[in-house]
Amino acid sequence: MDKEIYRRPASGVHPANLSPEYKSTVGRAPRQKPVVLPHTLSEITGPLLDTERLDALENDLTKQRSGEPLGERIVVHGRVLDQDGRPVPKAMVEIWQCNAAGRYHHAGDQHDAPLDPNFYGGGRVRADADGRYQFITIKPGAYPWKNHHNAWRPAHIHFSLFGPAFATRLITQMYFPDDPLLAFDPIYNSVPAGARERLQSAFDMENTRPEWALAYRFDIVLRGRNATPMEH
Amino acid sequence: MSHELTPSQTIGPFYWGTIVKTYRAELAPPGVAGERIELVLTLHDAEGAIVPDGLFEIWQANSHGRYNHPEDRRNLPLDAGFEGYGRASTFTDGSSRFGTVKPGRVPWPEGGLQAPHVNISIFARGLLNRVATRLYFDGDPANAEDPVLKAIDPARRDTLIARRDGKGWWHLPIHLGGPKETVFFDC
Repeated sequence: MDKEIYRRPASGVHPANLSPEYKSTVGRAPRQKPVVLPHTLSEITGPLLDTERLDALENDLTKQRSGEPLGERIVVHGRVLDQDGRPVPKAMVEIWQCNAAGRYHHAGDQHDAPLDPNFYGGGRVRADADGRYQFITIKPGAYPWKNHHNAWRPAHIHFSLFGPAFATRLITQMYFPDDPLLAFDPIYNSVPAGARERLQSAFDMENTRPEWALAYRFDIVLRGRNATPMEH
Repeated sequence: MSHELTPSQTIGPFYWGTIVKTYRAELAPPGVAGERIELVLTLHDAEGAIVPDGLFEIWQANSHGRYNHPEDRRNLPLDAGFEGYGRASTFTDGSSRFGTVKPGRVPWPEGGLQAPHVNISIFARGLLNRVATRLYFDGDPANAEDPVLKAIDPARRDTLIARRDGKGWWHLPIHLGGPKETVFFDC
């Protein structure tokens, strides 16, 4: 059986669980060091969701209700890759976000901003054989939260990826380039400098649709496999 | 071109109704082989308070000990309709219930078999990374020889062991911190 199939993330990539500037981490971050598990079948397998049937419009968040949502229509696209640059084919990509006014379609969101009856904010798509995915959506708004005085989340889209294994599961957030709120956001800044910048999408003029929508590109890199798995 | 890992971020509090419209708490449709079980996972913070906005995902082998995945190339039966994946929010009482079958044993890389276990991912507001743990079954004779359980400090081993209630449902409280902090894995 293969050993250590997936590479362990280097330090300086993921945020520390305890990041006290983000106050909710204080009561919820585990304090003990995680126990390192060798990669057994339990870790190198995982849900591929290949029997999940997706509707054609699940990746178009502007067409999930009877009318068009308000806001700036955008294309968000990219590739799902591993650390060797290999595509993760057929990867399930799920997203969710608030509306253009900065309000989630969720009972727990009490921000005093309008709900948009034409915007639900959830989408998913299966990447193609080259790991390419695309969503049509509207640009999410910034919104206040109660972490500290005058705290605002920069505009972001939540991304959920499974990849090929239990070990490759990732939930993250995509931000927009050069958002002035990034400098003040403890969630974005929980990621070490040098890595957090990878959470910013790139403005993509080339894929902008004339007369219709601006485009942003966000490539996602999941854990790669060791170059030379040991066999025995 | 470098391909550096995408960093993790919190799931936040507002995922429900979007990604979890694909809610899967019943893993085993009729006809799937194995012992039917109910799992109740409850999420607690470091103070012991329940976490009402968390998300549990489970991943497990079928009753024959086979994962529904191309990496599992062993000649063991797959059950139609059983993927082995479930996902559910903790909701207001901090718990999620899954209906499934008891997983069979899967191999250990150095030889031998692992005890039956369910792999668990936990996401929540305030968790910047996915945290992973395992559920084992109280009283299973295979637990005594399980290499993962044996490697854990005996004082903390119980945090991975689900126990049965009077109805026969399996319960596992998961503590993100505090004196009862669950053993989490770097997997």
